[in-house]
Amino acid sequence: MDATTKKQLQIMACHVRMGVIEGVFNAKSGHPGGSLSITDILTYLYFNHMNVDPKNPKDENRDRFVLSKGHTAPALYAVLAHKGFFPVAELKNLRKPGAMLQGHPSMKLTPGVDMSTGSLGQGISTAVGMALGGKIDNKDYRVFTVLGDGEIEEGQVWEAAMFASAKGLDNLVAVVDNNNLQIDGSIAEVNSPYPIPEKFRAFGWNVIEIYGHSFDEIDAAFNEAAQFKGKPTAIIAKTVKGKDVSFMEDQCSWHGTAPNAEQYEQAMVELNAKLAELEA
Amino acid sequence: MADVIKTATRDAYGKALVELGEKDNSLIVMDADLAAATKTGMFKKAFGDRFYDAGIAECNMVGVAAGLATTGHTVFASSFAMFLAGRAFEQVRNTIGYPHLNVKLGATHAGISVGEDGASHQCCEDIALMRTIPGMVIINPADDVEARAAVLAVAEYEGPVYLRFGRLAVPRFNDPDTYEFKIGKGIELCDGNDVTIVATGLMVNEAMIAKDMLKEEGINARVINIHTIKPIDRDIILKAAEETGAIVTAEEHSIIGGLGSAVTEVVCEGKPVPVVRVGVEDKFGGSGPAVEMLKIYGLCASNIVEKAKKAISMK
Repeated sequence: MDATTKKQLQIMACHVRMGVIEGVFNAKSGHPGGSLSITDILTYLYFNHMNVDPKNPKDENRDRFVLSKGHTAPALYAVLAHKGFFPVAELKNLRKPGAMLQGHPSMKLTPGVDMSTGSLGQGISTAVGMALGGKIDNKDYRVFTVLGDGEIEEGQVWEAAMFASAKGLDNLVAVVDNNNLQIDGSIAEVNSPYPIPEKFRAFGWNVIEIYGHSFDEIDAAFNEAAQFKGKPTAIIAKTVKGKDVSFMEDQCSWHGTAPNAEQYEQAMVELNAKLAELEA
Repeated sequence: MADVIKTATRDAYGKALVELGEKDNSLIVMDADLAAATKTGMFKKAFGDRFYDAGIAECNMVGVAAGLATTGHTVFASSFAMFLAGRAFEQVRNTIGYPHLNVKLGATHAGISVGEDGASHQCCEDIALMRTIPGMVIINPADDVEARAAVLAVAEYEGPVYLRFGRLAVPRFNDPDTYEFKIGKGIELCDGNDVTIVATGLMVNEAMIAKDMLKEEGINARVINIHTIKPIDRDIILKAAEETGAIVTAEEHSIIGGLGSAVTEVVCEGKPVPVVRVGVEDKFGGSGPAVEMLKIYGLCASNIVEKAKKAISMK
């Protein structure tokens, strides 16, 4: 990835993080921690990798994205807004009565959302169905899904993983957002799904391990996945929950808590400083 | 009199899928390792490349079906009622119901008439569960003629549908040459003015026998076949309440949450008259030959007769 592209992605990721904070602050609820940990991956997918057109969000040949960890919708919404699926101003209406931006993604209400999710473990199955549809119809679109590392404690994830490899769905990429934290504590303490790469390999997947905040590593992983034939690919991304907002980083307590006015100001100051640094 | 044809509604389901497959080459059928029993195996044999077995993983099957539906395919996904409506309830609710996707759930082996397999497999709660999902259409055919017609009709309908089929061969009473099926439209099988029997599934045939038994006692019973439990035909039920003043419902399902509840809701809010329910009375099933189990659980014409008289006495 060239330096200019990387810088553009870093700048966009900064805007997306501000959108996450803006949305969750205005809603006085939501999930900032996991939204910030997947921000770089989602930014990369929508601004550098996926074939999607905000003017034609239902194009049958588009790449599909399923946010299996649906609670981190604020990150998806911010990415979709900046991509042009709907106005950025809409982010402030997150979780408000009648808003297009529901607490968890709704494909019926939000342009660009390919599947309604929120109940953990279920999104990946729908992504598998979309990938299977692509194979049946001989279409070359690809399907991407992002799972939480706590989410993979759900048994259905492994039903889906088994099916995807049994059907050779190499048009499917599942990212595991390995920020190491779930609501009740670290994933290792609660009900350890570790070692994650070995589990996906055992289920017949191609596995790539990356640091999920390095655009170089993200880029290399998705390009490798695009070339890999015969198996679905799992990208196990080590990430930091609450990334780029200092007081939210690696803190379980920021899983599902909105910042107060003071915390909101501080978060925006930090993100603006980062943006200024990138744009300098 | 010619011998009565007996066919399980699941057989009609399998045959109708093949019929649909011949017309629509984008139709996909899924199963969860029960293709021989649910009869989707007939489709698998005819169109192997459009049949996908999810293995023993119903929750994932429901999700895959939902994903496939977003790509423009009509999908029929099958398993036993217990595992489709029961085990995968939340997947059906969240990934099919909430986005209102075009998935048809073909649930077989519903009710007590599963027989020897016993309580773990005798799902008498599925209608209750599915009724709570907004936008879900629920169809419980009474014989093979109705089952075929229902499958063909729902294939033309855009949106989620729960189809309920039985394992047991049941008598055909509809005429295949004249039978007409319309989603949400109840069928008055015979008129009467003393009481109305509102039945669904294999209890419709019992209702017709009960009507004859009541006739011998000088009671004229109206019989209504409610094949579509949701959306329910309010008009035909309220008209019956108005004109006959007493109702008995009959279903091979728990008396909680199924047809009996649905009819009671309509009647209480529209034209209050006595409603007495025939169904599985808040009990788990048990092992035994299907016909015997139906008797043990009070799902016969004689039970309808008894409850019909009770309803009349409450007028």
